[in-house]
Amino acid sequence: MASSEIRITGFGGQGVILCGYIIGKAASIFSDMNATLTQSFGPEARGSACSAQVVVNDERVLYPYVTVPNILIAMSRDGYYTHKETLSKDGILVYDESLVEPDEDAPHKYAYGIPASRIAEEMGRKIISNIVMLGFFGAVTKLVPRDAFREAVESSVPEGTQELNLKAFDTGWERGEEAVAPKKQSKPKSSRKTEVAGSAAGG
Amino acid sequence: MQADPKNVLTGSHYLDGNHACAEGALAAGCKFFAGYPLTPSTEIAERVARRFPMLGGIFVQMEDELASITAILGASWGGKKTMTCTSGPGFSLMMENFGLGIMTETPFVLVNVQRGGPSTGLPTLPGQADIMQARWGSHGDYEVIALAPDSPQECFEFTIDAFNLSEKYRMPVLLMTDECVGHMTERVVIPEADQIELVERRYTKKKPGEGWPFEHNGSDIPPMLPIGEGYRFHVTGLTHDYRGYPVIDAEAQKWKVEHLMDKVRKHADEIIRYEQEGVEDAEVVVMAYGISSRVVRRAIDQARAEGIKVGLVKLITIWPFAEKLVAELSAKVKSLVMVELNMGQLYYEMERCARGRCKTTLVGHTGGAVHKPEVIYAAIKEAAQ
Repeated sequence: MASSEIRITGFGGQGVILCGYIIGKAASIFSDMNATLTQSFGPEARGSACSAQVVVNDERVLYPYVTVPNILIAMSRDGYYTHKETLSKDGILVYDESLVEPDEDAPHKYAYGIPASRIAEEMGRKIISNIVMLGFFGAVTKLVPRDAFREAVESSVPEGTQELNLKAFDTGWERGEEAVAPKKQSKPKSSRKTEVAGSAAGG
Repeated sequence: MQADPKNVLTGSHYLDGNHACAEGALAAGCKFFAGYPLTPSTEIAERVARRFPMLGGIFVQMEDELASITAILGASWGGKKTMTCTSGPGFSLMMENFGLGIMTETPFVLVNVQRGGPSTGLPTLPGQADIMQARWGSHGDYEVIALAPDSPQECFEFTIDAFNLSEKYRMPVLLMTDECVGHMTERVVIPEADQIELVERRYTKKKPGEGWPFEHNGSDIPPMLPIGEGYRFHVTGLTHDYRGYPVIDAEAQKWKVEHLMDKVRKHADEIIRYEQEGVEDAEVVVMAYGISSRVVRRAIDQARAEGIKVGLVKLITIWPFAEKLVAELSAKVKSLVMVELNMGQLYYEMERCARGRCKTTLVGHTGGAVHKPEVIYAAIKEAAQ
């Protein structure tokens, strides 16, 4: 029984829930796994702390909640600080380095950053940063095949924005592939510098 | 008869419980929905409102919950399958006319996506503390039917079941879900329309002047009369005779109230549904419903792994309560454990039916979150001793 527990954190309006929704949909509709998405949000949805949790399992998800996530996707500083301690010791941190600066002595072993907000702005729509993050997360974790993610993106975003969102996803995915390539696997801090420099040059 | 393919969104979808519930209603042939938005139930109304224009249904956003339930009651007499949804505070407001629905034997479905209470409590967080309100929330003596789904798939299926039960027994039926299930997103497989069996409204075959809306011989279910086809009858919350006209005496009261009770009590075996796992050799049986019936599984797995003989009864219908089952189990197990997101509601029913034949334990919770599996595990371990 292979199980992944994923927590996505950010603030309302960033597309945190949509990001979780697409992960779950990719796994349970476009791949042969089971995925349960639960969410928590404050009554004031926009701008307040927000998190989505996805449990992905080969078998039926009996216990639907994330207790010790093995993947944390941090799209806000607050979200990172609130949830970083819950990440399992050998868990994977995926973060938007435009917004989150992980602790030097953080408890997690694997950390991968991408300037998702900056990339999204450079693509002309800040709102797609969640999809950039999603692509990056997909390539880093290989949780489900790339095509399953792409189908889930295409069928989940508003009509007329599919092309832009798929481009955002692909951009994130390619950055993810680079991040997990052997030479860049180690230090999150240096990888962050490389990424920022790369994206500035690319823009 | 089978569902109309036009109403059925056949395929695999990634839906939350509320959206799945809305699809269940549409598949069941619901054509009138009146509602007032209330977190965490609003997505049901939103989806129905969005889908109805394509399917020929009528959605009305009413001024409040009282008006909502009254409107669906009227629309049901007007010939449509009807539904509304709400949560705790709105459920309280609807209780008066829920009773009117019981008294006038009106089929409709009322969905309560439970949140933490009392009062406005926890709008965005779960609870299962309206269980006794579902049973006794309106005044007077009556029986209810209430179902508790534990997943979006069950939200879809049980909403259809709720419509079928409401038509079959000609009474309002409650779907008691909760914020967790309502907002939890999972794969929902919606079958082909010809795989969905529906119970349609039964109308009298008698001519106007010969057929009456409340004729019964005890526990049988009277057919309804169509409106606008020449039948003249009265529908009132007052105690009434077979024609529907008020009769204010003890004899009419006995005739009416015993019927309201008997049509559920005497069909309880057909109505009551539950699932059992590992109960055969169990020393401890955990009972749970809705979201709690999923949460308990992790604790049960852990206890079994340690050699404790523990079984699970997942209640699908919470009302009428599975009295016979509890009586049977209590005679052969060491302990019965009820896990629910309240401080003891269905637990007392379980305790009553066990009649002291075995130990009974409540694993309660004040709501706002679900139980931690370790708390349930500890209770199982203690119950096994």
